[in-house]
Amino acid sequence: MILIHCPYCDEKRPEIEFVYGGEAHIARPADPATMNDAAWERYLFIRNNPRGRHHERWRHSHGCGRFFNAVRDTVTDRFETTYKAGEPRR
Amino acid sequence: MSGYRLANGGRIDRGVRRRFTFDGRPFEGFSGDTLASALLAGGVQLFGRSFKYHRPRGVLGAGSEEPNALISVNRGPGRFTPNLRATGIEVYEGLAATSQNRWPSLRFDLAAINDRLGMFFPAGFYNKTFMWPRSFWETLYEPAIRRMAGLGNPPTEEDRDHYAATYAHCECLVIGAGPAGIEAALEAASTGKRVILVDEQDEAGGGAMSDPALWPWLERSIATLAGAPNVTLLTRTTAFGYYHDNFIGAIERLTDHLADIGKGPRERLWRIRAGEVILAQGAIERPLVFDGNDTPGVMLASAARTFALRHGVAVGRSVALMATHDSGWRDIVAMAKAGVGVCAVIDARTNVSNDVQAEAKALGIPVHLGQCVIGVKGRHAVQAIEVASTDGSRRRTIACDALLMAGGWTPTVHLWSHARGSLAWRDALGAYVPETCSEIVRCVGACAGTWDFGAGGLINTLPSPKPSHRARAFVDFQNDVTAKDIRLAVQEGFRSIEHIKRYTTTGMATDQGKTSNLNGLRIASDALARPVTDIGLTTFRPPYTPQSFGALAGRAQGPLFQPTRKTPIDGWAEEHGAVFELVAQWRRARYFPKPGEDMHVAVNRECRMVRQAVGIFDASTLGKIEVVGPDAAEFLNRMYTNPWKSLEPGRCRYGLLLREDGFITDDGVSARLDDDRFHLTTTTGGATRVLNMMEDYLQTEWPDLDVWLTSITEQYAVIALQGPMARKVLEPLVEGIDLSPGAFPHMAIRAGRICGIPTRLFRVSFTGELGFEINVPTAFGRALWERLMAEGQHHGITPYGTEAMHVLRAEKGFIIVGQDTDGTVTPYDAGLGWAVGTKKKDFVGKRSLARPDIVAPGRKQLVGLMTDDPNLVLEEGAQIVADPKQAVPMTMLGHVTSSYWSETLGRSIALALVAGGHGRTGETLYIPMPDRAHSVKVCSRLFHDAEGARLNV
Repeated sequence: MILIHCPYCDEKRPEIEFVYGGEAHIARPADPATMNDAAWERYLFIRNNPRGRHHERWRHSHGCGRFFNAVRDTVTDRFETTYKAGEPRR
Repeated sequence: MSGYRLANGGRIDRGVRRRFTFDGRPFEGFSGDTLASALLAGGVQLFGRSFKYHRPRGVLGAGSEEPNALISVNRGPGRFTPNLRATGIEVYEGLAATSQNRWPSLRFDLAAINDRLGMFFPAGFYNKTFMWPRSFWETLYEPAIRRMAGLGNPPTEEDRDHYAATYAHCECLVIGAGPAGIEAALEAASTGKRVILVDEQDEAGGGAMSDPALWPWLERSIATLAGAPNVTLLTRTTAFGYYHDNFIGAIERLTDHLADIGKGPRERLWRIRAGEVILAQGAIERPLVFDGNDTPGVMLASAARTFALRHGVAVGRSVALMATHDSGWRDIVAMAKAGVGVCAVIDARTNVSNDVQAEAKALGIPVHLGQCVIGVKGRHAVQAIEVASTDGSRRRTIACDALLMAGGWTPTVHLWSHARGSLAWRDALGAYVPETCSEIVRCVGACAGTWDFGAGGLINTLPSPKPSHRARAFVDFQNDVTAKDIRLAVQEGFRSIEHIKRYTTTGMATDQGKTSNLNGLRIASDALARPVTDIGLTTFRPPYTPQSFGALAGRAQGPLFQPTRKTPIDGWAEEHGAVFELVAQWRRARYFPKPGEDMHVAVNRECRMVRQAVGIFDASTLGKIEVVGPDAAEFLNRMYTNPWKSLEPGRCRYGLLLREDGFITDDGVSARLDDDRFHLTTTTGGATRVLNMMEDYLQTEWPDLDVWLTSITEQYAVIALQGPMARKVLEPLVEGIDLSPGAFPHMAIRAGRICGIPTRLFRVSFTGELGFEINVPTAFGRALWERLMAEGQHHGITPYGTEAMHVLRAEKGFIIVGQDTDGTVTPYDAGLGWAVGTKKKDFVGKRSLARPDIVAPGRKQLVGLMTDDPNLVLEEGAQIVADPKQAVPMTMLGHVTSSYWSETLGRSIALALVAGGHGRTGETLYIPMPDRAHSVKVCSRLFHDAEGARLNV
């Protein structure tokens, strides 16, 4: 079971306390109505599936309840880092 | 005692006798014996029948690698365990062991005819032979194969044992208590670290237990470890899986070795988090591949040594050794010195070092270099072996009653592989050894490929002058895979070891190929004429050895499998005979049968009483979220399809929640309590999901909004009063709220008191009748329910359950998210376009409602269905077609989502998702069922009181 560092609690906790939230740094467009179908499709469905470093969201659902971002290696499942929502991409 | 027990030696306690039975026959062993050693001492060589060919099989190994000697142990009702390895069963007084996969008896097994028919069971025979006719597969082939092939019978009764679980933490976890593991544990312990040392055997020592010279060291070391307060030594504990971040699962067997199992748990699951893991799993000796290598009495040299020196048992009176590795020589010399009769040492090599030869020769053991065993005589036991020079000349026969194989060693890298450690091929060892791993882990001793067993071990398939296609030379003993099968797979075009493995099933048995993988790999490599490293390596996965489901489940079974959530009114329902159903972990009353009533009679009565008088319903399970803050209305406006800013305090609104892709994910009636305060309701099953989704948007998309979300699902009991008499029941109990229709209209909320209890009183309806939902603090739920029941007596108040609730809402065409929708239904598909605030600039899912697929014609839309036969209630989930006479497979137009008998209408009703459904009103469609096709007419889903007159009273 993976240990994940919650940047809000500043503690490593077992992965059963967390839920996965998909790829990180995909901001909801400010004005969806102005977007064409292709651009909206990209926002809605198209995600990276890298072999290696992956920026992704997690929620400490059975802890502080906060969403945060993480960089995880999809090959080793190692967490390189976690950081608070709103902080720049690492 | 039979003559196979050596006069002295071994770690058994000859003062403590153990009586037991094997296939009903009485035997005797000593404390310290395994079932395998005790039976060998009793002269038994035949332990079981093989998986496919039902060939007689004996013991191959002496530990958990054993593929052949699989045994069932029966400890009475609910305590039957199949497929235990005889080499791991400790003998206790009264042990009742039976052999497997044979009928009528182990010695005379009728299915052994399979062996004679071997040519019909080549690699992949399942795929090749039983292609047609299709109907025969389930009726004939599968039952026949299941009867003939297989392991032990599964238990037929519920497990009566219980199982414990615990967590443990340590700086250093050592797996394997052989010499390397013990040394590593001693070193770690001396630094003051918390150390856990686990070993699957009943005693720590590993290979040292088969080497009396090491016993004084072993005793001292174990005493040191046992005396160290920072060391936990766990024997009979198998570390079965290596998970992320040095998290190791281990199962400790607590009672399987005891004559009296007592009342404690049978096994304990350890979840260990370690700072560092040291793997000292050792190595497993490799069998040699030759004709007849599976005959009972043919076994690994290291196993025979263990039986002799640890258990004091000779595996034969006249034992021969076939070696391609020095280690076999050392083993047989040690055995000869312990009193085992040795008749020959045969080695395929001609260049065995003089040191190695000297001891054997000194003991007078005949030595045959450059020669190989090419056949074994005897069916139930070895009687003699055929030997020939490696060039095929000089064939001869040597009489013996046991044959040992020494084919070199395979490092045990299973747990290393679980941790996704990489492996490197070592030509000198003819094996893969650990290389790098991202966990904090290291390998020590033989599992790291560092051993002092000597040299050799590169010839696993022995050369033979016999035609190779006639040889029964086994690679995987447990799955009955021969060298020929692997060559055949290569001939038929398989190239990757992953495919060869699945086609031949080599390495796929319960032993996961502990003794067979490397031999299989090398035979495939030879057949492909490519280096081993080019054809890949299959992956080891947990568990290392088979483990009981009971230990993995632990206490999480029966009522403790998952929590059952109960409302404050649950006890009343139970006392009044409610029949319950589980909804999202909630136990909900489904209906309240009176004596003599079945479900339909009860539900019809409940529905009737709601429409005629008043029903009372426990709606406490509804998800409830309080949304508070200056931006609360703005937030809800962005989340829900509906406009919220215009909603006045004191009013309610039906809210529809979409995912960003435009599909309905939840719905519920929500109320504005104040300018900055809303009371949301969600579906029972959607509460957590909705809160998570709202938190997501609030925290990550709109952190500028000043809003707080709080789950209040369990803070309020909710009692629904529905029916024309609902107001009459409430009036005398409510204080501070004017219940008159003008003052308190439909879709409004008022705060006040009921029976002195503070309440949020909603005027809402999920039945189409005049209705109220009374929210009170949970603790008062049952008391209020009972007051309402008493007050409602003379108005005909009737408790109703979820089944009647479903019927009543379907009569009004109200949807249930997740039943009438399935994650691909938009508000327009569901006929809920009126709930979409098209004038709003944006809300979650709005842009998606303009996606090309969603505005395209022909989408499945929610409609009502009426069967032409009014008494016929359709099956939910049944498929709908336009023409029931079309050829199969038919073109499906959609399916029935809800279907009930409507007592109100005196006929059946149904809801359905139908392609282009909103344009099909009045059309006849068909529901093909196995007996006949039912005809239905598409209609509006407002079956009852379409104008809503009953609501506004």
